[in-house]
Amino acid sequence: MSTLIEPPIQQLEKNLEELETVTIRFAGDSGDGMQLTGTQFTNTSAVAGNDISTLPDFPAEIRAPAGSLPGVSGFQLNFSSQDIKTPGDQPSVLVAMNPAALKVNLADLEDGGTIIINTDGFTKENLKYANYATNPLDDGSLAGYRVHKLPVTTLNMNALKGNVELSRKEIDRCKNFFALGVLYWLYDRSLEGTLSWITTKFGKTPELAKANEIALRTGYNFADTTEVFTTHYTIKKAKIAPGKYRKITGNEATAIGFVAASQIAGLPLFYGSYPITPASDILHELARHKSFGVKTFQAEDEIAAVCSAIGASFAGQIGLTGTSGPGVALKQEAIGLAVMTELPLVIINVQRGGPSTGLPTKTEQADLFQAVWGRNGECPAIVIAPSTPADCFDMAIEAVRLAFKYMSPVFYLSDGYLANGAEPWAIPAIDELPKIDVKFTTDPESFMPYSRDEATLARPYAIPGTPGLEHRIGGIEKQHITGNVNYDPENHHLMVKLRQEKIDRVANDIPLVEIFGEKTGKVLVLGWGSTYGSISTAVEKLQSEGKSVSSAHLRHLNPFPKNLGEVLAGFETVIIPEMNLGQLATMVRAKYLVDAVPFSKVKGRPFQIREIVRKVEEYL
Amino acid sequence: MSTTGNGHSGNGNGNKPIVEAASVESEVGAVAGEVAPPPGLLKKADFISDQEVRWCPGCGDYAILNNVQKVMPELGIPREKIVFVSGIGCSSRFPYYMNTYGFHSIHGRAPAVATGIKCANPDLSVWVITGDGDALSIGGNHFMHAIRRNLDLNYILFNNRIYGLTKGQYSPTSEFGKRTKSTPVGAIDYPINPLSLAIASESTFVARTIDIDVKHLGTVVQAGARHKGISFIEVYQNCNIFNDHAFDSFAERSVRTDRVLYLEHGQPMIFGKDRNRGIRMKGALPEVVTIGENGVTENDLLVHDIYLADPSVAFMLARMEAPDFPQPVGIFRAVERPTYEDMMVEQIDAAIARSGPGSLDKLINSGDTWVVE
Repeated sequence: MSTLIEPPIQQLEKNLEELETVTIRFAGDSGDGMQLTGTQFTNTSAVAGNDISTLPDFPAEIRAPAGSLPGVSGFQLNFSSQDIKTPGDQPSVLVAMNPAALKVNLADLEDGGTIIINTDGFTKENLKYANYATNPLDDGSLAGYRVHKLPVTTLNMNALKGNVELSRKEIDRCKNFFALGVLYWLYDRSLEGTLSWITTKFGKTPELAKANEIALRTGYNFADTTEVFTTHYTIKKAKIAPGKYRKITGNEATAIGFVAASQIAGLPLFYGSYPITPASDILHELARHKSFGVKTFQAEDEIAAVCSAIGASFAGQIGLTGTSGPGVALKQEAIGLAVMTELPLVIINVQRGGPSTGLPTKTEQADLFQAVWGRNGECPAIVIAPSTPADCFDMAIEAVRLAFKYMSPVFYLSDGYLANGAEPWAIPAIDELPKIDVKFTTDPESFMPYSRDEATLARPYAIPGTPGLEHRIGGIEKQHITGNVNYDPENHHLMVKLRQEKIDRVANDIPLVEIFGEKTGKVLVLGWGSTYGSISTAVEKLQSEGKSVSSAHLRHLNPFPKNLGEVLAGFETVIIPEMNLGQLATMVRAKYLVDAVPFSKVKGRPFQIREIVRKVEEYL
Repeated sequence: MSTTGNGHSGNGNGNKPIVEAASVESEVGAVAGEVAPPPGLLKKADFISDQEVRWCPGCGDYAILNNVQKVMPELGIPREKIVFVSGIGCSSRFPYYMNTYGFHSIHGRAPAVATGIKCANPDLSVWVITGDGDALSIGGNHFMHAIRRNLDLNYILFNNRIYGLTKGQYSPTSEFGKRTKSTPVGAIDYPINPLSLAIASESTFVARTIDIDVKHLGTVVQAGARHKGISFIEVYQNCNIFNDHAFDSFAERSVRTDRVLYLEHGQPMIFGKDRNRGIRMKGALPEVVTIGENGVTENDLLVHDIYLADPSVAFMLARMEAPDFPQPVGIFRAVERPTYEDMMVEQIDAAIARSGPGSLDKLINSGDTWVVE
C-alpha cells in the first residue's frame, strides 16, 4: 500500500506557463556576485531571442561590510517577447541573498511579486545589520508576496563538499551560480551559454570551473525535482527585425564606436583618460584594441588626460578624452584652449550624480549646463548625447565627424544608466556607416592658420610634419586670418562672434528632430539622453489609449536641430523629463520663449514609465 | 621609425586600415618637401619667426632664445618636424618666436600637451619650454609624470625664482624669507630644487646652465636634444625687473670661475680661477678642498660620471649650493632607458604582429551575438 503514502509521481510534474515580460532584480552583498549573475542571465535571455534591457545598480564601495545596507548590489533585468526600451518600472521577481538586500529592494517589488530568498543569509547578525527587529521570514511582513525560501548556501555546500578540492570560502562563492541555476529552470533557460562561459573563464583553474558547473546544474535540478516550485515560465522570442544582434552596454558601444570612427576617418585614435567611475570601462575596452592602432594613455590626472588628447589632435590624430562630471570640471580650462586653438577634440562625459563626488555609481543628467556653458569666456562647443546603449555607437561616429569638420571640441554626454545598461544592438553593415573625411592642409602658398572655410567657418588643419606650414597657436586671442597674437578690441569682438557662428552653423549639418506621433496636439514630451526608453514607452502607451501626446528626442543639444522651435510650437504643453532640475527646460525656455514644464527626478535612478505617464496625464 | 608611430599621413586614405595608411611614408612630406631646404643648410635665421619679441629689455630670455635658435641648425632636424610647446609665463611666449610649429598652451600643462603630440607622432622633435611657477607650482604634477615616463622630450625650465608675468610674486624656487608683493614680510615657504625633483622623478637626462653663459648653454641644450628620452635642463635666468641679480653671487662674470663648478664627464671636479679647488668625499658627504693643501691631490677628487645608473651622486651634486659649495652646472646625469612613445608603438606593433591589423567587422561582430531570422 505504499502507493498511498508516496506522493503520486504526477505531483512532481511542473506546469509551464507562458509570460510576456518578466522583470527580475538580483540583490545581494557586493561580494555575492550579483552583477555577474545578472549579466549571465541577461546574455542567456538575449541569445534565447528575448528583447532585453538592464539596470545594474551597485554601491560605490568595492566591498562595503558584508550584510550591511550600503553594501547591497543589485542588477535589474527586463526580458520580454515584446519590444521593450527600459529595464522595467518594478521588478516582478526579487532574488534576495540576505536581509539587507531584501530591505533595500522590497519597496520596489510589485504587489504580489515573487521573492526568492537565501534563508542562510538571514542570520541574527545580518538581520541586525539590516535593522530588522524581527525576522521578516517569520513575522508575516511578506504575506503579500509569493515567497520561496531556499537555504542556498547550505544546498550549494552540500552539492560541492567532497566533490571539489576547494576551501569552504571558495565553495561559498559559487552560491550565486546555484541561485542562477534555480532561475534558469524557473524561466526555462538553457544552461549552455553560462556553461561555456565557465569553461573559458576558469580554463586555468579547472577546480573552480568544475565547482561552478556543479553549482549551476544542481541549482537547476533542485528547482526541477523538489516541490519548492510548482510552475515554471517561458518567454517566447521577441518579434525583432531580422538580422544579427549583439548584447551591448553603453560603455562598450561607446568604445567600439570610437574605434569605428577612427577606422572610417583613417586616423589613429588617441585616448587620454584618468580612471573614474563610471567611465573607466571605456579606457579598459580601448586598451584592448591596440591592433587598430589605438593609443591609450592613462594620464596622471584629468587635466593631463584632456591636454594630451589636445596634443594628439594638434599632431593629426583623433584626440579623445573620457571622464565623468568631476573630471569635466577639471578639464574645462583645457577645453577652452581647444576652442581657442580650434582643434578637434571629443570629451566623453559619462554623467553621474553630482555635485562634487556625488553619487559615483548612480546616473544623472546634470552636466548639460557644464557642457554648454561651463568655461570662462564666450566658449561655445558642440554638445551631443546618445539616447540608448546601442545609440552610443552611432553618436561616437557623429562626435568625431563634427569635431573634425568644424575643428571644435565636441561633448559626448552619456550617463551611468546608458554606460552600464545593456540592450540588443542590431550590428550594422560596415559599408553603411557614415563617412568621415578629414583633410589636412598641405599647400604653403595660401596657408593662413586662421583663414576659414566659407561654409563651415572651420580653420585649416595643418599638422606638424608638414613642410612650409610651420605656425604657432595658443590660448591668447588670435588675429583673424593670420592667427597671430592680437589684443585689438575689434578683432576680439569679431573672433568671439566667429567662434559662435561656427558652432551655430553645425545646425545646418545635423538631422532635424523627429516627432513620434502627431505634429500638433496637447502635449509634447521632449527628452534628451538616456530618458529615451521611458519617454517613448510612456508616450506610446498614452497614444494607444488615444491621448493627444507626442514625443521628440534630442541627440544634438548644442546647437539644437533647426526645426526644434517649430516642433515645440505645435503643442499646448511641452514637458521635459530630465534627471536634473530642468537644464534642457531652461535652455529651451531661453531660446524659444516656450513655457516648457520641467519634470525633474534626481534620485540616481532612471525615470519609470508610469512616472512619465502620470505627469503627462496632468496636462491632458 | 615605426610604421604605426606616425599617424599624420592618414589624409585621403579612405577606409584603408590605419596601419597600412600610416605606412605610406610621409605622404605629406613628399608633396611639399621641396619647400624646406635640406636640414644641413638651415641657418639660425631660419628659426627666427616674424613675430616681434616682447620680453622686457635686458631679460635673460633673450639669451636663451638666441642660443636655442643658434643650436637648432646643428641638430639637423627639418624645421617642420620641430614643435615647441609651452605653458604660461614670460618664458612660455618662447614658441611664438621660433619659426617651427608651436603651441602656447595653458598654465602648467605643457608637458601634458607635449605628451599627446609625441605619442601621436614620435617622429617629431618636441620641446617643452616652462618656468619655475609653470613647471613646479601649477604644473607640478605633470612635471613629475612626464619625466618619469621618459618621453623623448626636451624640457627646458627657465628658473628666475620669481613670478614675472604677474608682476613680482614669489615662486616655488624663491629663497626662504623672500620679500615680494605677496610676501611683504618674507616668504615662509621653503623653496624647491628643480634638479632634485627631476632626479627623484627618474629623469634620464638632467642638466643645468646659466642664461649669460652663452657657450655653455648652447652645449648643454645640444646634448639634451641628442639624448633619447626626457632631457631636463634648468636654466638660471635673470629677471631684471622683478628679481634682478638673483644669480649674481655665482653667475656674474667676475666671480663665475671661482664660484661655479663646471661638471664634465670623466673629469675630476675642479673649479676656481687657479684650478686648484675641488670636491672630495668625506664619508657620505662632499666637501670643498684645495689641491696642494693638507696633502690633497687631484687624485683625491670626485670624478664626474654622467652614466651612473644610481642617481645618488647626481642628487648629491644637485644639492650643492653657495656659500658652502660652488654652484654646479653642466650635465648631472645621462642614462639610457626605453622611451614611453617607443614602447607604446611596440605594444601596438606586437598586437598587429600577433593577430593582424584590427578588423572592424570582426570587432563589432564579437561578444554575445545571435541571429534573428
